[in-house]
Amino acid sequence: MSLPAPLDPARARKLSAEFGLKGDEYDRVLAILGRTPSLTELGIFSVMWSEHCSYKSSRVWLRTLPTKAPWVIHGPGENAGVIAIGDGLAAIFKMESHNHPSFIEPYQGAATGVGGILRDVFTMGARPIANLNALRFGSPDAPRMKRIIDGVVRGIGGYGNCVGVPTVGGEVNFHPAYNGNPLVNAMTVGIAPADRIFLSAAAGIGNPVVYVGSKTGRDGIHGATMASAEFSADAEEKRPTVQIGDPFVEKLLIEACLELMATDMIVAIQDMGAAGLTSSSVEMAGKGGVGIELALDNVPQREIGMTAYEMMLSESQERMLMILKPGREAEAEAIFRKWELDFAVIGHLTDTGRIVIRHKGAIEADIPLAPLESEAPLYRRPTAETPRQPVLDATTIADPVGITAALQTLVGSLDLCSRRWIWDQYDSTVGGQTVQRPGGADAAVVKLEGLKRGLAMTTDCTPRYCLADPEEGGKQAVAEAWRNLTAVGARPLAITDNMNFGNPEKPEIMGQFAAAVRGMAAACTALDFPVVSGNVSLYNETNGAAILPTPAIGGVGVLEDAAQAVGLALEPGLDLVVIGDTRGWLGQSLWLREIAGREEGAPPPVDLAAERRNGDFVRAQILGGTVAACHDVADGGLLVAVAEMAMGGGVGATLEAPAGMPAHAFWFGEDQGRYVLAVADAGPILAAAAAAGVSAARLGRSGGGDLVLGAGSSISVATLRVAHESTLPALMEAVG
Amino acid sequence: MKAVVVVFPGTNRERDMAIALERATGRKPVMLFHRETALPAGTDLVVLPGGFSYGDYLRCGAMAAQSPIMREVAGFAAKGGHVLGVCNGFQILCEAGLLPGALLRNASLRFLSMDCHMRVERAGTPYTAHWQQGAVFRAPMAHGDGNFFCDDETHARLVAENLVAFRYCTPEGTLTDAANRNGARDNIAGIVSPNLRVCGLMPHPEDLVDPLMGGTDGLPMFTSLVDSLAAA
Amino acid sequence: MKARVYVMPKAGVLDPQGKAIGHALEGLGFAGVGEVRAGKVIELELAETDAAKAKAAAEEMARRLLANTVIESFRVEVL
Repeated sequence: MSLPAPLDPARARKLSAEFGLKGDEYDRVLAILGRTPSLTELGIFSVMWSEHCSYKSSRVWLRTLPTKAPWVIHGPGENAGVIAIGDGLAAIFKMESHNHPSFIEPYQGAATGVGGILRDVFTMGARPIANLNALRFGSPDAPRMKRIIDGVVRGIGGYGNCVGVPTVGGEVNFHPAYNGNPLVNAMTVGIAPADRIFLSAAAGIGNPVVYVGSKTGRDGIHGATMASAEFSADAEEKRPTVQIGDPFVEKLLIEACLELMATDMIVAIQDMGAAGLTSSSVEMAGKGGVGIELALDNVPQREIGMTAYEMMLSESQERMLMILKPGREAEAEAIFRKWELDFAVIGHLTDTGRIVIRHKGAIEADIPLAPLESEAPLYRRPTAETPRQPVLDATTIADPVGITAALQTLVGSLDLCSRRWIWDQYDSTVGGQTVQRPGGADAAVVKLEGLKRGLAMTTDCTPRYCLADPEEGGKQAVAEAWRNLTAVGARPLAITDNMNFGNPEKPEIMGQFAAAVRGMAAACTALDFPVVSGNVSLYNETNGAAILPTPAIGGVGVLEDAAQAVGLALEPGLDLVVIGDTRGWLGQSLWLREIAGREEGAPPPVDLAAERRNGDFVRAQILGGTVAACHDVADGGLLVAVAEMAMGGGVGATLEAPAGMPAHAFWFGEDQGRYVLAVADAGPILAAAAAAGVSAARLGRSGGGDLVLGAGSSISVATLRVAHESTLPALMEAVG
Repeated sequence: MKAVVVVFPGTNRERDMAIALERATGRKPVMLFHRETALPAGTDLVVLPGGFSYGDYLRCGAMAAQSPIMREVAGFAAKGGHVLGVCNGFQILCEAGLLPGALLRNASLRFLSMDCHMRVERAGTPYTAHWQQGAVFRAPMAHGDGNFFCDDETHARLVAENLVAFRYCTPEGTLTDAANRNGARDNIAGIVSPNLRVCGLMPHPEDLVDPLMGGTDGLPMFTSLVDSLAAA
Repeated sequence: MKARVYVMPKAGVLDPQGKAIGHALEGLGFAGVGEVRAGKVIELELAETDAAKAKAAAEEMARRLLANTVIESFRVEVL
């Protein structure tokens, strides 16, 4: 058999650097091949060994995360995580970043982020039932930032609305650290029969390799291609490197794949995500321990004259690769033709353990698969611990404005204001199963069609805590997701993580990463809340300035009966009870930042034993039917939590004045592990809490149209609502 | 009542519609793929559900309106059959000429997903029999192109012949610009054909038929149909 | 041969997109921009070699599908 045409050795080495391979990594390529690679081979190595595909900087740390529980069916390593949720069903979910593309082209970047994560989920046999997201934007005054916010929101809506998967939840933060690196993390949750999960490991020598979906174009091929001398810049229109999403095709692909999955024709299936055909074919064959041979002439192509290199690296969207059982091609093809999608047999599995790429009568690549994976670089990069911040003493921090004025400012501040302007652009009801829509509860609740059962889901992270103390911040992100699921009455089951950090080659960044993982692992273990899928996005830096460390957590929980879910909207005539200890922790609080103008101090610690005890107590109360509304105490502290409940229901409350600490520390401190419950009568709950060793206190009673804080201090809920609702519309109005 | 829900490529609210129909009728509707060239025998009601048929490319509903099954639907309507189009289905009915007017982009140029309130402007049709004249009900809307437009002559005819079925209003039932989120002409949310058998509206009553999902405000449309078609 | 179909919102039909573009241009400091209307151009590759027939065919396509004559007008150009 002839060998692929090698590049000129000197040029190959130069090109390898442009493609992002380090010198020693390229030496390893030479050793594996025993010769100079062809352009296509170099492309394959460079993308497979990229940070994005190989997790070379993060893997040593990610391995330390707990990934097992009796309900975990598939943990990390598959396209998405899979957990058993009862009734013979599985929930399949994952969160993934599309940060850089969303900065370059906000609409398409965000849209294709949604498309990609949907494919990761339905490729495993699940019908997607909900989308969520976790977004971080810079200061709205930063250049382009409003356009980015607008484009990202439109892109998420544009894609999700069209495919008909409701966008039910998410979170947004603003901080100047994201000015040059906004974060767009998209999460999809799907449902499949627990015994019909489709995996990606190829099997069956001779079995056909099938390409379905959209045609391949030159989308998203890394910029190095442009610079390469082999592609002279001619007069033709500049090729798009931004991937363009087609949610219409995605919708057809979902229906076609699910129809095919109802048969027994599929051996393995994977979506073509980052590095498209390369990663899907290499990973499928690699996992199955088989070889794979592809004939690229058969790949459906959108453009004329595409090379093997371009086809292998194209990131055209809405494509999937499958291994079919032999002899079933015609049957499978009929399904895809019915849905007006391309279907092509582009290769077969071999017993050679190699990936062989043929195009136009020549062999363009011939690489042994085992070393491509086993020799992939793996780094334990140096880490530097984040210096500890001092614990701030609340009694030394004066209140400059008073409680109600601070509350009004806080509920209108960027990180706490209503996200309605965003949700209103997302279809949250399609599917007809959305029990708790955005804003109605701490977690979204989606019922499973035809069943009583429902899933609760949330995304959470508090990056300012993570910057101040990555370990506590990592712990807090997991705990808050668990808390938000608990606050609707759900039993938290598992998480997906989306680790967004700066340059891992800097010890202080790698130190943040390692510490965040340590904190997350501790919380996952203490709360029986394992990690089942995840994604890492590194190098989020501009001019040497990194983003805040942002380990975004997507949590999923189950409700046996979705009707038991509670929301956060307050009704009149109820006692308010706070669960958990209030110590007045002002360090890293939003009050400290927004009112006192200081971003400092140690963040609030998370006592995982108390977290668990308090949450288990709250959940039992909700499922016992005694709780009318529940809200966790998070950003902004206790009074912000009560205000959010009040605004949700359009009902005020009279609250008892705190004792033993400054009022602003009591109302705005961000002590963890707390919930506010609205109940008919505080007495029995307080007694039950005492019996369970859970700290609880009566806070006041709902009614009227004002929040009343002791003598003379009050503010109307209507005033708060105006402050809360007007911020984003006012900000985004000028964008049009 | 034998209901048929037509599924075009890109339709995405067909399951919501099926759930609502089943809730009202006690039986599952027939899901009919757009390539079919005939309606099942005994069809009482054809429903064109919401979604993004053909990706909403070219114009919302334009390509679906030209599909083979729509010729059958038009023939069914011409013979006095009942046809309901919701959201994208309403757009398709207008594009197919089964209802007058067109749905333009929302005045805000943004996709709008929120609950809206509608006033029943024409009670007593097969779609509105279970509401009082002037009743106000709530339903989610979720569309980018729901801004109903028609020329003056058409508008005058719709008003004169009392063919406006629903108008956007405040929760109290007042017609205001603020309640008319997509900018529709004369707050028009839904209309009926002169024989009252073809109805199109933008919001989604089918998504509010269960207390668990926030209410049953949309249910009267479906129970109305059941009663009206049983009597017919 | 190639036919180009220009589809424009009819006079009198609200064109929020055109309005928004006009507003944005104004924001960028372009003075003297009057009304802005946004339409679309559709290019068709046709097997027909007779220009008149090609134009007639394209016009029929525009009437049937490419334009909604309730709200849009169209013009066909054969290249």
